[in-house]
Amino acid sequence: MVETLWILGKTLVQIVIILIPIILAVAYLTYAERKIIGYMQVRIGPNRVNFSAIPLLRRGRGLGQPIADTLKLLFKEIIIPSNSDRFLFVIAPILSIAPALAAWAVIPFADGWVLADINAGVLYILAMTSIGVYGVIIAGWASNSKYAFLSTLRVTAQVVSYEIAMGFAIVGVLMAAGSLNLGDIVAAQKGSIIHWFWLPLLPLFVIYFISGVAETNRAPFDVAEGESEIVAGFHVEYSGMLFALFFLAEYANMILISALAAIMFLGGWLSPFQGIPVLENLFSWVPGIFWMLAKMATLLFFFLWFRATFPRYRYDQIMRLGWKIFIPITLVWIVLVGLFILMKLPPWFVA
Amino acid sequence: MIKFTFYLFALILIFAASRVITVKNPVHAALFLVLAFFSSAAIWLLLQAEFLAIALILVYVGAVMVLFLFVVMMLDINFSKLREGFVSHLPVAATIGVLILLEMVLVVWAWQKEIPEVAATVAEKPNTVALGEVLYTQYVYPFEIAAVILLVAMIAAIALTMRPHTRAKYQKPEEQVRVKRSDRIRLVNMPSESKD
Repeated sequence: MVETLWILGKTLVQIVIILIPIILAVAYLTYAERKIIGYMQVRIGPNRVNFSAIPLLRRGRGLGQPIADTLKLLFKEIIIPSNSDRFLFVIAPILSIAPALAAWAVIPFADGWVLADINAGVLYILAMTSIGVYGVIIAGWASNSKYAFLSTLRVTAQVVSYEIAMGFAIVGVLMAAGSLNLGDIVAAQKGSIIHWFWLPLLPLFVIYFISGVAETNRAPFDVAEGESEIVAGFHVEYSGMLFALFFLAEYANMILISALAAIMFLGGWLSPFQGIPVLENLFSWVPGIFWMLAKMATLLFFFLWFRATFPRYRYDQIMRLGWKIFIPITLVWIVLVGLFILMKLPPWFVA
Repeated sequence: MIKFTFYLFALILIFAASRVITVKNPVHAALFLVLAFFSSAAIWLLLQAEFLAIALILVYVGAVMVLFLFVVMMLDINFSKLREGFVSHLPVAATIGVLILLEMVLVVWAWQKEIPEVAATVAEKPNTVALGEVLYTQYVYPFEIAAVILLVAMIAAIALTMRPHTRAKYQKPEEQVRVKRSDRIRLVNMPSESKD
């Protein structure tokens, strides 16, 4: 009994160690988004809220903004529409944040830094991300609002469609790595930057990342919240902390997609200088987690860059892209990967 | 500990399954079905059948039930009409119910005798690896036949429900992509005119 309790306590502490940085990262991702898009549009972005008590951060360029936003949302009233389904209305944001955070259990941040080192890690991630859509469905239906419901229909169709392309892209990675364990997938990419899977699986990498943008309903695939058409989408009726949970889930999912892309295609915690004579030794002291975070940050920057650059897709074009372009390409490339493995194409498929 | 977890999920499963048929609102019923799937997946995990458990969540919860909910939410169902004819359908429904129950009892009873063997082979290898090895070697023909049957059903479903609209206008993306500036824009030279 004591042992069970000890394991339970240890796991709880580990969960907290993972979750707190993620929630902080989400908060500061919103800040980064506003700043980066601001600079891309030649304005400054948030610059009013600073930590004036801390001397170094007194001129912090608005670094306190996410904290101020969170506090504001915390203290706002939660309004529950009178004709809504009360229980489902309240549980929907929880259903959307829970899988977004639960998926982090199997993500390895560096060699061996993983909460649950399970064999079917990739399957678990796929299952968790596919559950995330329930929050949106239930929110749209429970709020009993036409706009929310329309948005729900859009999101559901979009997410289900892009999940297929995403799943096939992951199948390619599984074939190349020969394992469902995320740690083993990274280990299979050892060698040099050329050995990483982005090169032999380039079309799958591109498709995975674009499908990831579509899965998280980010611009240019954000028809779910097309402001000009359906106000704000499935969360029109939500306010205060309930709204913040949806917000948190969206950004946590963005970070998750970036982490997965880094692990599956960009060699996870492996150093990009591996295999290069002088540089390898020069950078050998850098811990793996730094490379992992750097890769995630680069991919996240792409998310923000897309939002600042592309106009919103038309809905039928989204569906066309998913079903008629991405899925056929992934199917063809999976067959090709099979051929590569049969041919033992160096340097990736020699083992 | 495992026993406690099993009974917890089993209780939730039975509760959710019974709510599926007793609850009035069809959307709530579908959500209870999701809960039932979830609990049975958890019970499978306790059996170390991690592939089946995750596949159940991935396929049924993540895809099938999402589409199911999608349809149920959009239907405008008249509940009072649905409840009519409960008594007149009872004999047929009861017979089917008893038949299903009998089948289940038979299956479980026959399976229970062989349980030690099955459990021993399960633990040897990771579940996913073992399934993959058997499915693509020993059972490759049944597997392929099942796949073809599913494909036929899928194409048939599309063929049956697809009614081409004669008046509908379709966009042709390949033509849209090929459009050049000169196809859409005509520059007209207008000499400037005075007001009167």
